[in-house]
Amino acid sequence: MNLQSDDFDLFGLSRSYAQDRAAVDTAWKALQRQAHPDKFAAEGAAAQRLAMQWSVRINEAYQRLKDPIRRAAYLCELAGFPIAAHHNTAMPAAFLVRQMEWHEALDAADSADAIDALALEVRAQLTEMLAECAQLLDVAHDYPGAVQAVRALMFVDKFGQDVMARQHALDA
Amino acid sequence: MALLQISEPGQSPNPHGRRIAVGIDLGTTHSLVAAVRNGVPECLPDDQGRVILPSVVRYLDAQRRQIGFDALAQQSNDPGNTIASVKRLMGRGLADVAHAARLPYALVDAPGMVRVRTIAGEKTPVEVSAEILATLRFRAEDSFADDIFGAVITVPAYFDDAQRQATKDAAQLAGLNVLRLINEPTAAALAYGLDNAAEGVYAVYDLGGGTFDISILRLSAGVFEVLATGGDSALGGDDYDRALADWVLQESAVDADSPQDRAALMAAARECKEALSEHEIAPLELQLDAGRIDLSVNRAQFEAATAVLTARTLQAVRATLRDAGLAKAEIQGVVLVGGSTRMPQVRQSVAAYFGREPLVNVNPDEVVAIGAALQANQLAGNNPMGEMLLLDVIPLSLGVETMGGLVERIVPRNQTIPTAMAQDFTTYQDGQTALALHVVQGERDLVADCRSLARFTLRGIPPMAAGAARIRVTFTVDADGLLNVAAREQGSGVEAQIDVKPSYGLSDQQIAQMLQDSFSTAQTDMRARALVEARVDADRLVLATRSALTADADLLAAGERATIEAAIAALQASAAGDDAAAVEAASKALAQATESFAAQRMNRGIARALSGKNIATL
Repeated sequence: MNLQSDDFDLFGLSRSYAQDRAAVDTAWKALQRQAHPDKFAAEGAAAQRLAMQWSVRINEAYQRLKDPIRRAAYLCELAGFPIAAHHNTAMPAAFLVRQMEWHEALDAADSADAIDALALEVRAQLTEMLAECAQLLDVAHDYPGAVQAVRALMFVDKFGQDVMARQHALDA
Repeated sequence: MALLQISEPGQSPNPHGRRIAVGIDLGTTHSLVAAVRNGVPECLPDDQGRVILPSVVRYLDAQRRQIGFDALAQQSNDPGNTIASVKRLMGRGLADVAHAARLPYALVDAPGMVRVRTIAGEKTPVEVSAEILATLRFRAEDSFADDIFGAVITVPAYFDDAQRQATKDAAQLAGLNVLRLINEPTAAALAYGLDNAAEGVYAVYDLGGGTFDISILRLSAGVFEVLATGGDSALGGDDYDRALADWVLQESAVDADSPQDRAALMAAARECKEALSEHEIAPLELQLDAGRIDLSVNRAQFEAATAVLTARTLQAVRATLRDAGLAKAEIQGVVLVGGSTRMPQVRQSVAAYFGREPLVNVNPDEVVAIGAALQANQLAGNNPMGEMLLLDVIPLSLGVETMGGLVERIVPRNQTIPTAMAQDFTTYQDGQTALALHVVQGERDLVADCRSLARFTLRGIPPMAAGAARIRVTFTVDADGLLNVAAREQGSGVEAQIDVKPSYGLSDQQIAQMLQDSFSTAQTDMRARALVEARVDADRLVLATRSALTADADLLAAGERATIEAAIAALQASAAGDDAAAVEAASKALAQATESFAAQRMNRGIARALSGKNIATL
C-alpha cells in the first residue's frame, strides 16, 4: 500500500464498476481515521505533512469511487482507454439533437415546477445510461464502448448541473 | 512558565501529563474560551464569574485599551474609539463592508484589508481581534496557572479564505498556537452529538451576531461528516438590530446622524430585541440629539420589520439541502446555535420549514466554544483513544481567472478537506515565458462577482509555440480550510508557489512587525517568549516521538533507533539551555531523523485500517 496504489487497492475494493456505496463510505472513514491530519496535530511538521498527503489522496480516491461517472471513467483509464474528453467530442447526431432540445427546454422553463420536471427527466436518463455503462464494464468488458458511454454521461451530467444551477438561482 | 521535564531515554516524561488546549469561539458580539477539565468541557469564567467576553475593544490612547464589558459600557460615550463587531471586517476591503457609512467608527481603505481609525492610530481588524483573543488566552492561563499548549479557533463555515487567514493571523498575533480552525456549526454538532449520542443526518442552523451558517452533517460512530454547508457571512443579529432601528426612526420621525446617536440607537434596538424574546411587548425609549424616542414595540411589528432577513436564511437552507442531495424529511434533527436563534420568529420559521421542532437543549451561546474545546483536547493528544473524527468541507468554490474575465473552477464547493485538485493550462502566444494567475473564490461565473484572493506569476517558462507548454496549477486546501496554490510547467519543471495571503491577508513580515510593536503582550519580553515557545514545541516533539517508538519500535533497525534516540537526547540537552535558535535547530534535526519512521508508521496504519475492515466484512 502506498500513495501510488490505485483507488480500488487503496480502499480494499474489487476493481469493478458495481460498488456498494456503504462499503465505500466505511472504507473511506476507516482510512481517514488513520491518516487525517487531526490525528497528528500534536506531532511535528513532518508527520503532519505526511498525514496531509495521505488524507488528500484518500479523499481524491473517495471522490472518484463514490461518483458513478467518475468511477466508470477511471476504470476505462486503468484498462488503458482514457476518456480524453477534451480531445474527442464526437457524439452521435441523435444524442446531440436531444441535448439541444433539453437546453432549449431549460431556457424556456420559467417556473420552479418546469425546472424540477426537467431535473427528474435528466435523472431518469442518467440512471438508464449508468445501467448500460455497468453492463459494458462489468459484463462485456467492452472498454471502447464504455468510453463512448462515459462521454455521453458527461454531457448529460453537465446538463444536470446547469439545471441545478437554475434551481439554485431560483432559490436565491 | 511550564518547566520542561527531563528524563532518561526510554523513560516516559510526565506520563499522565495533560496538555492544556482551549477552544475559542471568536464571535461577532461576544467571545468565549472553553477547555476540558477533569474530562468535562466547560467555558472558563473571568475573575467576576462571567464566561462571555463582549467582542468590543476601546482604545483610550496610544498605550491603554479596554476590552470586553468595560469597553461595551463606553460604547455610546466614545463610539469612534470603541470597536464592536470587528469580525464583520475580517479579511474585507472597504468596498465589501455593508453599511460602512453607518458604523459609529471610521474606516480607512487600505490595500488588503480595511482599517479602523482610532486614537491609537489605524488598527487592522486582525489587531483588534488579537486583543480579544489575547484577553481570552490570559484568562485561560490564569485559570490553569500554566501556559496554553494550543487552541482551536472557530470560524463561520461560510468564511472564505481571506477571512480564515485573517482569523489565523489574529490568533498568531495573540500568541496562540493554532491547532486548527474549525467551523462553528461543526463545533456545535460535535458538542451536541457527543452529549446526546446522536446518529443520523442533522442540520445545524447557526445565526450569530453577524454571520449565518447552515451545515448538514451525518453523525455516525464518532465521525462528524459535513455533507454540505452554506450561509451568509454578513447576516446576523446586528442586521436585526439595524432593521429595528430603521423602523424606529421611521415611526418616530427622528434622525440619528451623530456617531453617538447611532451607537445609542443600535444599543437600544438590541436591548429591545432581546426583551422581545421574553415578552410580547417591549419599550424602546431613548434621548437623541434630534429628539426623544418613546415607543413600545410588539413582536408582530419587530417580526414584520425583520421578516426579509429570516427569509434570507431559509433560502440558504433550501440551497444547502439541495447541495447535500437531501429532502427536508431526511433530516433527523435541527440544532439551533447562536444567540440570535433566541428570537421567537426565527425558531418558528425554522420549525415551520422543517416541519419539526428544533432542538434547543444546548446553550446556544456556549455550544460552539464547548465543541471547540473537545476538538482541542483531542488534537493536543489528551484523548488518544478518542474515536472522534471531523470531516469538514470547503464552503465556496475556488478557481482561477481565464480569458474574458471568466472563472475556471478548480475546487468545487462542498469538497471534503484536505483536498488537492489540479488543472492544466497552456500559453496562448508564441514564445510566452510567463503566466499570470488570478485566484478567486465564489460561485459566480464572472471574476468581478467573486472574491479576489491572490495574484501571482509563473516566470521562466522556456519559449515555446503557443499551446505547447503544459502548466499544471494545483490548489491544495488544508484541514483548516486554507488554500495554497502551486503552478508548474510540466516540461521544464519551472515552479511558482504561494500561500494565498498577500492580497487580503497580512504578510509574515507585517505580523512580525506587529508582534514587535506588541499591544496586550507589550510587557512580555520577545526573546523569552521565543524560548518558551521553542521549548513547548520541543516537548511536544519528544513526547510524540516517544509514543511513536513505544507503539512501532519494531519498524526500526537498531542503527535507526540509535539515531533517533541521539536526536532526542540532543534536543533535550539544548532545551535545558536558553538559546531558542539552538532548540529550534535540534527540533528540526529530530523531525528529520524521524521522517522515514513516520512514513513507515503511516503505511502500517493504513494497512491496519484495511485489514480491520476486511475482518469486519468477512
